[in-house]
Amino acid sequence: MTDLFGLLSFGSGGWGDDLARGVVVTITLALATLPLGLALGLGVALLKNAKGRIARALGELYTTVFRGLPELLTILIVAFGAPRLIAALTGATVEINSFVAGVVALGLVFGAFSSEVLLAAIRAVPKGQSESAAALGLSRRLAFRLVVFPQLWRVALPGLSNTWLVLLKDTSLVSVIALADLTRQTNLAVNATKQPFFFYLVACLLYLALSGLSTAIARRLEARADRGFAAAGR
Amino acid sequence: MEAALGHAILTVWGALGFDAELMARYGPRVVDGLWTTLGLVAVSCTVGFLLALPLGVALVEGGRVTRALCLSFSTFFRGTPLLAQVFLVYYGAGQFRDALDAVGLWGVFRDAWWCVAITFTLNTAAYQGEIIRGGVRSVARGQGEAAAALGLRRGQTYLTVILPQALAQGLRPLGNELVLMIKASSIASVVTVYDVLGATKYAFSRSYDFEVYLWAALIYLVLVETVRRVWNLLERRATRHLRPREA
Repeated sequence: MTDLFGLLSFGSGGWGDDLARGVVVTITLALATLPLGLALGLGVALLKNAKGRIARALGELYTTVFRGLPELLTILIVAFGAPRLIAALTGATVEINSFVAGVVALGLVFGAFSSEVLLAAIRAVPKGQSESAAALGLSRRLAFRLVVFPQLWRVALPGLSNTWLVLLKDTSLVSVIALADLTRQTNLAVNATKQPFFFYLVACLLYLALSGLSTAIARRLEARADRGFAAAGR
Repeated sequence: MEAALGHAILTVWGALGFDAELMARYGPRVVDGLWTTLGLVAVSCTVGFLLALPLGVALVEGGRVTRALCLSFSTFFRGTPLLAQVFLVYYGAGQFRDALDAVGLWGVFRDAWWCVAITFTLNTAAYQGEIIRGGVRSVARGQGEAAAALGLRRGQTYLTVILPQALAQGLRPLGNELVLMIKASSIASVVTVYDVLGATKYAFSRSYDFEVYLWAALIYLVLVETVRRVWNLLERRATRHLRPREA
């Protein structure tokens, strides 16, 4: 047993530092995906909320495709397909590194799921809110920032934090295209030590810790977004 | 007849801009992969559901210890990546070879398909268990009290009064879980199972033709959309007594 924990030590004899580096890559990947995913999600939500039929159809098509494709397949398609696409369009040969491919693929998926959450949130804010903001003389931009967005955010947070948890777990799939995330680093440790059960269990516990941390942060954000709102019941 | 049909499919395929020769060479493998995918999903979702029923009920009704155990199970399988779980079972089992041999289970754990099926089953049981827990909690307390007043025992109450209503409530999320499982089953390809994605990766490694990934995308999209729509129809029909009658 002590042998096993020795394997987790930092330094040349142990794999602790390698796993820690993997955790950093996993967190970085998820955090880098978040802005892209949210921007895509908001854009697609606005498309689906648009008046034009074509815009709505495009929004629905995007959601159907990236919600329906297996995340692993999306990652492979982006990793192998994007260089071909770029070569076909511009004639330039580019190498896309696995981190960028991971961010793009996971961002596309995050965008599809978060657009549903954001669409529901946009619709949950009554029209009267932006109308009264306009009546008070606020510009459209200020009305969105000060009046609509705080209410939209409150409704969207629980759904977004679920989507984030899914994203956090999906980052493990990027190990398949050789990005040195937590799962990949664990694979390396297993290959060297022949202790698969122990190391994959440790990796699972690390993912659990990341999920737990995320949930705790989401709770605080939700409590903050809820200030000034009297909930029914309880 | 079969040859004519095959020829017709290839002609349509070619007309759609796909490579008919590539299809003729690797198509059958991908179709075999489709059966593997469907088999994996059917087995794990069905067995997972059977495990989820007692799990969901125990999460509501269990004593302190039972609840804590069920909650840890659920938290572990919902809080960690499915890929890591598959690795844990598939590679981890090798370490317990002697013990598994002694109880005659090594044959099961040596096989990638079984390892994946077991992991998927436990994973989906955790998610479905949460859905059933939510469904059970949504049934009004008066229902259980009324059943008790009628002299039904606890088990009878659950089977005839609470679970049917809980399942009607959980039908939509259970459908979502089925769709998620179809997508997640592609993870099997990482540990050498030739499901749709596994067969596709094989075809790609041989042909270097990117088109095969587009086939796989099309197959998954059609599969997921079909299941989603059929499930929605079934759900609407199964819960039609819960909606206000249309005028």
